[in-house]
Amino acid sequence: MERITARNLTNEELFYGHKACGGCGESLAVRLAMKILGERTFASLPAGCMSAVSFIYPNMAFRTNAIITPFASTGAVAAGVAAGLQALGIKDTYSVGFAGDGGTADIGLQALSGAIDRGDQIIYFCNDNEAYMNTGIQKSGLTPFGTKTTTSPAGANLPGSTTMKKNMFEIVAAHDIAYAATASVGYLEDYMMKVEKAKSVKGTSYIHVLAPCPTGWGTTSEITISLAKEAVDCGLWYLAEYEDGEFKLNKNPKEFTPVENYVKKQGRFKHLKDAEIKQLEAARDKKWEKMRRNWVK
Amino acid sequence: MNRPKMVNFKDPETVRDYPMGATCDSDHLTSINAGWRTFRPVIDQEKCIKCMRCFLVCPDGVIDKSGDQLEIDYDFCKGCGVCAHECKPKAINMVKEAING
Amino acid sequence: MARRFVSGNDAVAEGVRLARPHVISAYPITPQTIVVERLSEFVEDGSLQSIYMHVESEHSALAAAMGVSSVGARAFTATSSQGLLYMAENLPYASGARMPIVMMNANRALATPWNIYGDQMDSMFMLNSGWIQVYVEDAQEALDMMIQAYKIAEDPKVLTPFMVNLDGFVLTHTYEVVDIPTQEEVDAFLPPINLSENIMSMEAPKSLCITAGNNYNMEFKIKQNEEMIESISVIEQVDAAFEKQFGRGYNGLLETVDCEDADVILVTTGSITGTARMVQKTLRAEGKKVGLLKLRYLRPFPTKALTEALKNAKVVGVVDKNISFGYEGTIFTNVNSALMQEGASQKVDNFICGLGGRDVTKENIHEMYEKMLVHLETSADVNDANVASKPQDRIHYMNVRCAL
Repeated sequence: MERITARNLTNEELFYGHKACGGCGESLAVRLAMKILGERTFASLPAGCMSAVSFIYPNMAFRTNAIITPFASTGAVAAGVAAGLQALGIKDTYSVGFAGDGGTADIGLQALSGAIDRGDQIIYFCNDNEAYMNTGIQKSGLTPFGTKTTTSPAGANLPGSTTMKKNMFEIVAAHDIAYAATASVGYLEDYMMKVEKAKSVKGTSYIHVLAPCPTGWGTTSEITISLAKEAVDCGLWYLAEYEDGEFKLNKNPKEFTPVENYVKKQGRFKHLKDAEIKQLEAARDKKWEKMRRNWVK
Repeated sequence: MNRPKMVNFKDPETVRDYPMGATCDSDHLTSINAGWRTFRPVIDQEKCIKCMRCFLVCPDGVIDKSGDQLEIDYDFCKGCGVCAHECKPKAINMVKEAING
Repeated sequence: MARRFVSGNDAVAEGVRLARPHVISAYPITPQTIVVERLSEFVEDGSLQSIYMHVESEHSALAAAMGVSSVGARAFTATSSQGLLYMAENLPYASGARMPIVMMNANRALATPWNIYGDQMDSMFMLNSGWIQVYVEDAQEALDMMIQAYKIAEDPKVLTPFMVNLDGFVLTHTYEVVDIPTQEEVDAFLPPINLSENIMSMEAPKSLCITAGNNYNMEFKIKQNEEMIESISVIEQVDAAFEKQFGRGYNGLLETVDCEDADVILVTTGSITGTARMVQKTLRAEGKKVGLLKLRYLRPFPTKALTEALKNAKVVGVVDKNISFGYEGTIFTNVNSALMQEGASQKVDNFICGLGGRDVTKENIHEMYEKMLVHLETSADVNDANVASKPQDRIHYMNVRCAL
């Protein structure tokens, strides 16, 4: 497979003029995916930031076919689109879902599970910005430990969110899905390669891409990409694939950059005490020990 | 510049002229985003090495690479500064927008 | 044409097979299960060229059907009771998008208390969902309405999802002799689906199920309401065309029996109508001026036809297999509103019966007519133990096993 780079990536934009906040990582993930997937793409987006910013009558940001789905229904609607296209004999198309972290790991998990179980011909993107941003930054199942959100306040009694991120990648892989991957908008060539790969997968694909949200993370808008890279470099996120029943770690750093540097850049973590940062590091180390043991040949 | 163009939208005159269902043509831009901007990215073409990184990382896709020089669609640039931050040769300057213009 | 002895559910499945949906997405629930079992068998044996999607819930059943419809393919789903309510948010979603999806609903009670038997609490919940709702009396009508449903729903002027309601068990599981038309006959009546305005296609890419803020939203909804009211004429035309082609029709939105000179008229929906027909006939033979009105469609509501049919009556009784708690039967509310709009002044009675599958016998219907005939002469039957105290003194609970 030819590497996709800034040079050979098409100049055509298929997701344009949306009303997402400046520096939105999620909109970049959708933009690049659409460029790689092309104009014969049918995009299904549940309630969430990306649907809220790109379908406001009469201003439509998708240049291809696109549909907003009920919040819980990304997997089901995308599967229905694929079935309808198949039944009508409309070939060489992609039925794609773009859901957020809450739309995937919480309310949309059941429909996603159903689609993977059936092996529906869809590519499902989880654009993970680690909280319900569209409704005003509430905690989701993918909000990390120690995150201050509007429903997981940090104070004298609580450190913000008290739970770790739900392990969506392995939950999806446990279905024995045809293809799954994690990615980050901090490693765009890796992300684009995974999108390209999903195009030729027979059955369901799942790509879980970490995408910073300046508004919800309490950062300035220009650091979106570098922060998403740092999330991987400090080990709080990882780049991996599940293919042919095997896990593969795409990036296995010898040393992590300090977690403290990563969290201190963000308003949502500003309150974290040293002990809580140590808790994050301990969870990271445990996770990486397991991934290195099981996923590295 | 090879970027999507605005459509000249007119409000439906009667209720019956509204779309059938909650539907609209795709590729249907009726309002620009330029007003969001506090800082404007300006490419220093002398310093630019055409690595295209700014084109790649722009969340809004406003940097066009089809011409001899990289060009910014200021109608839709929100001034987030990602391009300038990611530019290795520091060829993009964020310049404060004039209040009146 | 073939003539077969089948259940209501089998008849629905036969009707769906003849309508040839591209995709069936459904989740099993009693008493709908036979419909989806038969359809999966038809797909397996090749007599139906559809994709059968084993969705993991009713919510996804309708969501998948919306995906199917969004690209212009023909979709079918079926459900009942808790399943209908589980998919509830998707009903106005599909109607707002003007997707001509057809759904069979086996009318069944709602928990709690749990109960798998028939009443109409489930579909009454959905009267405001923007779906066309028809209630069928027998297996033949069930089969025929699956075919009519697609024809009506897919009409370019209508483009509205369509719910065909069958009384759970009493109709879904009762065997009757049914005429099954041939595929050629049905194909001649029901052309392939052909949508363009509200679908995603490669020819004209669309954005669907969009957002319309407070500046535009209301007009979308007004258009939807006006065009649903206008679907009345399409419903009548399709039923007339069906009768012409297949030799049996259903009188459009409602059917009347001896209403012209009737002093009292009982309004029924669904399978109870069959029992009411017998009682009405007996009472007429006894010289009593009683009529029967079978209300087939609740949405769009046939205000004009209904009030016209009821205009000579002095007492109107409405049978409801449902309660809107804190008020009265929902069909009663709708009939009363229609009568008020036309300035009518009939006395009205509401017969609430059949909840959770409670029998509605010939004797019960006879009792309804007797109460109305008493009401014809008096102001109210205040001595009746089963009439609730004021202000709901028009509500009669039928076949109750103990005193109120």
